[in-house]
Amino acid sequence: MDKAKTKSAREPLFHIVKRTDIPFWKAWIIRICAVLAALVVCGIIIVLLTGKNPFEMYKFMWDGSFKTERKFWKMIQDLAMLLCIALAVTPAFKMRFWNIGAEGQVLIGGLGAAICMKLLGDDGAQLSNELLLPITILTAVVFGAVWGVIPSIFKANWNTNETLFTLMMNYIAIQIIAYFTFIWSSGSNTVGKLNAQSHAGWLQLPKEIDKSGYLLNILIVVGLTVLMFLYLRYSKQGYEISVVGESVNTARYIGINVKKVVIRTMLISGALCGIAGLLLVAGTDQSITAETAGGRGYTAIMVSWLAKFNPFYMILTAFIVVFLQRGADELQTQTDRIINADFADILIAIIIFFIIGCEFFINYSIKFRSHKKKEVEA
Amino acid sequence: MFAAFFHRAVLQAISLLFGCTGEILTEKSGNLNLGIPGIMYVGGISGVIGGFLYENSLESKDDANWFLAIFIPLICCLIGSLIMGLIYCFLTTTLRANQNVTGLALTTFGVGIGKYFGGVLIKLVHADVPSVTVSTTSNFYKASLPIAQDLGWFGEMFFGYGFLAYTAIIIAVIAAVFLKRTRPGLNLRAVGENPATADAAGISVTKYKYLATCIGSMIAGMGGLYYVMNNASGVWSNNGLDNIGWLAIALVIFTVWKPNFAILGAFLFGALSIAPYYLSLYEIVDINLRTKPFFDMLPYIVTVIVLIFNSLRKKRETQPPEALGLSYFREDR
Repeated sequence: MDKAKTKSAREPLFHIVKRTDIPFWKAWIIRICAVLAALVVCGIIIVLLTGKNPFEMYKFMWDGSFKTERKFWKMIQDLAMLLCIALAVTPAFKMRFWNIGAEGQVLIGGLGAAICMKLLGDDGAQLSNELLLPITILTAVVFGAVWGVIPSIFKANWNTNETLFTLMMNYIAIQIIAYFTFIWSSGSNTVGKLNAQSHAGWLQLPKEIDKSGYLLNILIVVGLTVLMFLYLRYSKQGYEISVVGESVNTARYIGINVKKVVIRTMLISGALCGIAGLLLVAGTDQSITAETAGGRGYTAIMVSWLAKFNPFYMILTAFIVVFLQRGADELQTQTDRIINADFADILIAIIIFFIIGCEFFINYSIKFRSHKKKEVEA
Repeated sequence: MFAAFFHRAVLQAISLLFGCTGEILTEKSGNLNLGIPGIMYVGGISGVIGGFLYENSLESKDDANWFLAIFIPLICCLIGSLIMGLIYCFLTTTLRANQNVTGLALTTFGVGIGKYFGGVLIKLVHADVPSVTVSTTSNFYKASLPIAQDLGWFGEMFFGYGFLAYTAIIIAVIAAVFLKRTRPGLNLRAVGENPATADAAGISVTKYKYLATCIGSMIAGMGGLYYVMNNASGVWSNNGLDNIGWLAIALVIFTVWKPNFAILGAFLFGALSIAPYYLSLYEIVDINLRTKPFFDMLPYIVTVIVLIFNSLRKKRETQPPEALGLSYFREDR
């Protein structure tokens, strides 16, 4: 009897068990609870800092995205860009290839577009738009793909750590951009609008159709979202990606050439980043700076991860991020700058902490020790 | 000339050394903490807030007590970075979240906190320039031993730094000895290499991961404090630290996870970062805005080369910890 007593005393209060069979609705309830909890925490922080009613503040944040037509289009454009980069990193991440180099790949893709616009546009060869656009698109895609594929070749052949490799590539890319912005700006370090007179190489629909100038970008990203969903879900390559991601050994066993899949997937990932760069340079800014990607390369990873690599969920997660960013911008004007634009980063991070934290309760269940059972055993 | 170069290189190196030593400890426990830039931001801004509050509580700047002026920012910095480490650890170790995503979110969080509170402070002082200065506190941090002036170039090279610089080197040496020569150090390495084996041997994986990550992030946070107080002379201007944070992570690879190499590696990176200035000053190479980007990318290129070289060589001692980036669950198969 004594022995049984000491034994049960040592038993921990609870233990954790993996579960795989959680119903779909239950998982979503947990996620929604996490987002609500995060919003409550954010609300508390807002009250502590500003002393104002948090609901009022959230309403201002809502205005940041929806108050005027212009703000709405800007929000959709930001959403499309973030979504595009999130789509780009998804295949690699699904394969458990930790590509955090999207920032650099986007910049280099954008650089490819900018080089074409510069050399073949007004100041250079003055090609016609029909000829210039395909060349620009192709260059951006190739540049992005090459920048992305370099780490994957080393990963596939010599198992070089890709997280750190791609991270370093970002900074090399930023410096390359710094070089080009310098030589193009003749010293002032800002490149003005490229081809401002002829609009050669600008990826925009005519003004009559699209007032905001963002519509073409948005349509392209919508197309990419659907394509990426189909690619991951229904293609053979998409299947190979998920097998490699689940277990490299299983993939080898069933005869998948892992090396080939890794390199091919990073080519696709890099190429998509190149497209994102193209859309940012040719479609949005018509210019390039080291800030063109603006940290989206990192945020996109979180967007993709939170959406469980599902392109359609990504629309939602990207929306949350962009909504907070635009909202914090709006709060900046409403609260006499007590809240500034950087505040968005804090809110985004808190929400992400809660969402990635709640995955634990979806993947594992906590089993509390039951006293009754122990007594029976004793 | 060489003494001045050496001096400035060391100044640049110390923040990197703090960050690198902290990250090595963290990574040795199997946690790849990509939140270092965020932690440095939080460490820096907490120190500045501490210093700012202390300076404003004084009637005149001359009353400043050296102990309080150093102690308050330091404690604020340590607490701030400890909280960051705890957030990371709770999410990755207790809740087993993905380390890359958590780390990136932590960087977003930390940079956001740094820039946000920096912005608030800047607004509070109504300055014309977008920065906030805690020069009185910074002067205490920068104070070097008086003998530095008497010893000429020798003094400048070896004694001309604030106390944090020596702390960084001492911490790196202690970390090196700890990892290589002590039993807890061995246990920590075991946790990073193969947590299941360590667990079977009776080592508490959770305890080691928590301790290593939290202490590591406190050390890294001091890098942020050093940067603000010593390199920037107490001026917080909302930038500069993310670069150092990522470089510190690069440095971990460069020094193959060895804190004693980190001292040399940090010095080399520091020297690389100011080399363009000195090379052009003495007209050895013409450095202008056109060529500067290529010098700025050197540390990263060197790191990539080291990374590739190490993976090609496949030497056991130079590999990352085996379980780096993976969360451990005892009941996993």
